[in-house]
Parts: sequence; structure tokens; C-alpha cells
Amino acid sequence: MSERILEIDHLQVDFRTDEGVVHAVDDVSLTLDAGEVLAVVGESGSGKSVTAMSLLGLNRSPNAVFRGTAHYKGTELLSASESTLRKIRGAEMAMIFQDPMTSLNPVQRIGDQIAEQILAHEHLSKAEVHDRVVSLMERVGIPRAAERSRSYPHEFSGGMRQRVMIALALSCDPSVLIADEPTTALDVTIQAQILERMKELKDQLGTAIILVTHDLGVVADIADRIAVMYGGRIVEEGTVDEIFYDPQHPYTWGLLGSITRVDRTRAEKLPSIAGLPPSLLDPPKGCHFRARCPHEFPKCVEVPALEDRGAGHPDRCWLTVEEKRAKRELTPGEIGLATKEVVGA
Amino acid sequence: MARFIVRRLIGMVLVLFAVSVLTFLIFQVIPNSDPAVRMAGKLPTPSQVEQIRKTWHFDDNIFVQYVYTMKQIFSGDLVSYSDQSNVTHQIWIGLPRTFALGIGAAIIWMALGIALGLFSAVRAGKLSDRFLTVLALIGVSMPVFWVGALMTYYLGYKAGIFPNGGYVEVGEGGLWQWFYHLILPWTALAILFIGVYSRIVRSNILDTINDDYVRTARSKGISERRVMRRHVLRNSLIPVVTLWGLDFGLVIAGGAVLTESVFNLQGVGQYYAEAIGRLDVPPVLEVTMLGAFFIVVVNTLVDILYAVLDPRIRLAT
Repeated sequence: MSERILEIDHLQVDFRTDEGVVHAVDDVSLTLDAGEVLAVVGESGSGKSVTAMSLLGLNRSPNAVFRGTAHYKGTELLSASESTLRKIRGAEMAMIFQDPMTSLNPVQRIGDQIAEQILAHEHLSKAEVHDRVVSLMERVGIPRAAERSRSYPHEFSGGMRQRVMIALALSCDPSVLIADEPTTALDVTIQAQILERMKELKDQLGTAIILVTHDLGVVADIADRIAVMYGGRIVEEGTVDEIFYDPQHPYTWGLLGSITRVDRTRAEKLPSIAGLPPSLLDPPKGCHFRARCPHEFPKCVEVPALEDRGAGHPDRCWLTVEEKRAKRELTPGEIGLATKEVVGA
Repeated sequence: MARFIVRRLIGMVLVLFAVSVLTFLIFQVIPNSDPAVRMAGKLPTPSQVEQIRKTWHFDDNIFVQYVYTMKQIFSGDLVSYSDQSNVTHQIWIGLPRTFALGIGAAIIWMALGIALGLFSAVRAGKLSDRFLTVLALIGVSMPVFWVGALMTYYLGYKAGIFPNGGYVEVGEGGLWQWFYHLILPWTALAILFIGVYSRIVRSNILDTINDDYVRTARSKGISERRVMRRHVLRNSLIPVVTLWGLDFGLVIAGGAVLTESVFNLQGVGQYYAEAIGRLDVPPVLEVTMLGAFFIVVVNTLVDILYAVLDPRIRLAT
């Protein structure tokens, strides 16, 4: 078993806004081992990005309240000083962001932007930094890297910019790479290329990856474990096989059902989960998925704990394992969630 | 780049032609503007007036008059109708004064505008930010002639801390006297711009600070100071720098008229204002054309500067 490098324990993030307190992340516990790929999956507003940003303190503000702990190799990140975090950012944990079109400074050369991170953490000569930048750009598959390092972001396509972001993130050989929806803003063909590249680099460098995404289809190939988030909570967590072949939470069924697949007979409409995610300003009592779940029963007004209910991996649904296995088989097309009428949806 | 400059030069010729024709025509249609009558002095005889008309080419048709005047402007021979002094010579005397006023004020308003804007942005929403907002509003609401008059009266005439107007050449009174005489004019002219610029800088910074690439910069592990300087300030000041160029052009080409007059600096602006008061066409015409020329030059420089600062901008060729 490899070394555990990151341990998030009961993380809770609240944002004070004019309308009230938003409970963005509620009781999230996660672990990450060296070299492991953990996928955090959920729809917009499920708290997955907030969880990722909290680790590096990128969403600290006077209106944000963080509770719980997150230990990275013995350092507690949530209470760490800015100067402690600064040494970790980029060097130990690096981040790739969602939109490569806006994530690079438009008036600085690509090479300078990568060099800035290297120089923040290492004392190297100009020539050494330049060589490192060029080899990083070559490694992520940017042609004519030496020449392109003098280009500006607007001279790159979206896919190439995301490669630059990956090169930037890898520049100080971090132990953890946090990729926040790295392929969401890209064309489908480019998505596959970028994921393939990340997988190769992971195998070469042994970097652990936290892959934040809303697309379960993206993670099947690259992830070791999957944590499914809904309404600020983790609703199910397991290995890729466990999540794909024995999903326990009705929300996970819905996510799996809404993946586009070529091997499935074409339905009239792509299945979707009816209704809207809960407002985290005033979250519903008990299970957050209750209002959209076709299998709701009175017990659901109590908050289910994230625990192993007999399936071999933890989930947050009050149904028994037998009930779950029976119900998810009920309807063809994987999940019958779209049948529930949701008021106001 | 070369094509860009050539295009701007052609544009400049057209602008100067249009400006000169318009200015020339305005004085043809202003009532009671027959310069020959005014130049002939009190109770002139008709033959005296006729004589003046002939020597000054006022009896030629308007096209000939225009061409004649333009020739004089470009050869530097144009003289004032009221005192026969050489206009180009007078402008050369006034130019250093106008530039001293404009450049000094521009430096002051840019420096203070950035400093106050940055301070406001960092403390957005707090009491100090609101206080500066009110101050900026007061600043932009005070006309320069009013502020200038208050300053010369209270700080100059009454308190005696500052000179009561006037300009001292460096060669005459030394650097300190030159500086000392310019402090009040600089301040008066800069106040309005400080108000405007601090607000623009503040809002640009607040826009930029939430940009994705600033978050990327923070994730690199560089200091907050460096994030602010290299990423936030650098990007939010690009439009401010170009605006600064344009405003500087406007101040030199006419915006300093009031300040110069209030503080009696005897610059080009004051010369211009006095010439208008006397309906003295030659100085007005030449200063107007010089101003237009300067504006076109500054605009071109600003466009080039913009392309240098922001690599996404390409000069139209």
C-alpha cells in the first residue's frame, strides 16, 4: 500500500452572502494516496470545485468559513498561514483550471508564465529555467516548443492552452495535481487527447490526481476511485468498478444513466434527472437528493450517514442493499428517475 | 507599423485642413469682426481703413485670403492683428510653460489616481473606500477655475504660503522657484483627473482581481504582492495608460486654458484665450491647428503604446 499524502476530514465550507449563509461543502472526508487518481464527480453547485479550491486556500475570503481539517503530508492546510500555503502551491500541489481560455494571463508570454512558477520555488539560472520550460512544453505535446514559449495565450487554441496549463502545473513536479474540470471547456476530440496525456504523465511521474468533473464518462478510464458529490455532500464513494457496476445511491444511478454511450440502443431522449439541485442557501432537511428521488420514503427526512450499508463501499441512502439492487434494475435504460414528477421543475 | 504611421499622417493632413477651414470661416461670420476697422484705431478715416484692407489682403476673396494665411502660418510669418507680434514667436515663448503645467499635472494625477484607486480597491466596501469615493466625487465636481481662484486667494494672497500666480523660468529664478510657482497650478489642474482616475483604477482592479488568470497566478505559489503587481495591476492599468495619453493630449491642446489664465502663467492657453477675447484671428488659427496636430500625434502614439502593452491588439494596416 502506498503512502497516504492527503487526508480531508469533515470539511465544511460556508460562504456568507447577502441572502444568507451558503453551505457549499458539508461534512466531506476524502483521502488520497501517492500516485492515486481520485475522481470527484457531481453536477454544478455540488461543492466539488469548492472542496478542491479549499485545499490550496484559493477561495479564502473574509466571507468564507472553513471547518474540519485537511492534512497534506502532516501540514494542516485549512488553518495554514499564507506563507506556508505559498510553499505548497505549485510546488507540492498544483492546479489545472476549467477554462483554459481565461486561465492564462493574456499579456504575458507562455514561457514566462511557466517560468514564474518555477522561479517561485527553485533557484535556477535563466538558461536552466528556459530549458525546463521547453522540455515541459514538449512533454505535454506542444510542437515547436522553444519557439512557442515566446507566444502569447491568444495565439494558442483551447486544447493547446490546456496543455500549457498542464505543463505549468507539472513544472515543479508536484505530488498532487488537482484538475478542476480540465476538459469541460474543450471539444470532445480534444477532451480525449488531454485525458490521454494526463494519464501518460501520471504513469510516468507518479503524480496523484484529484480529478473534479461532472462527467462520469471522463473518469472511467483514468480514475482509481470515485467520490460522487451532491448538494455539498459525498453521497457515494468507491472504486471505479464499484461505482459503475454496483452503484448504491439513486443519484449515482441518475448520473450513470445520463452518460452518452454508443453501445446503448438509442433512446428517444437522453435520460436526465428531473428537477433542479437543492439550494445550498436553505438546504432541505435530511437527504439532499430527496426532492428529486423517485424512491423517497419517510426515513429520508433524516440525514443518512456516509457508511457501508452492506455493498462493500460507503453511500448515503437509507434503502437497504437488496432494495437498491432491486430498484435500479426495475426500469430499462438503467434508471427510472426521469419518471418522477417534480413540482416546480 | 510603417503603413500605420503613413495612414495616420494622411489622416493628419485632412484633420488640419478641416480644422483650419472651420476656424477661418467662423471668424468670417462672427458679427463686428472686420479686423481692418478695429486695427485702424479710434475714429479712423475711411481711406485709412481702406489702406489697411489693402496691405493686409482683407479685400481679396476668401479663398485667396485663406491660402495667404496658410502660407504665412507654415513659413512662420503670421502676425497678430492687434499688436503685429509674430504668432509663432509668441507660441514658442508659451509652449514650455504649457508643457511644464501639463506634464507635471499629468504625472501627479496618474500617480495619485493609481495610488488612491489601488487603496480603494484593496479596501473595497470599507469605510476608507467610501470616504475616498465621496472625496473623488467632490474632486470631479469642482471646476478648475473655481479651485484655482480659491487657491490663489487663500493660499497665495491671504496666507502667503504660495505665490499669487505667475511663472518663473528656471533660468531666471532657479529650479526651486519654478517648482514653487507651479505647485498650485499643478494641483488645481490635477484634482479633477485624480478623482476620475482613482475611480477608473479602482473599478478596473476589482474587475481584474476576479479574473481566472489571477487565480492561476495565486495557485503558482508566488507572493500576493507579485500577484497584485504583475498580474492585477499590470492588466488593469493598460486602459488607464492609454486614457492618460489621450487626456494629456487634450490638456496640452486646450484643457490648460483655464488653469493658465487663473494662475497667470502666460502659456499658450492663456495667449489663446486672450486672442479669442480680441477676435484676433491669426493666433487663434495657429494655436488651433497646433493643438489639432498635437492631438493627432498623441493619438497615434497612444495607439502604438496600446499595441505594445497588449499583444492582443494589432495596429490596423
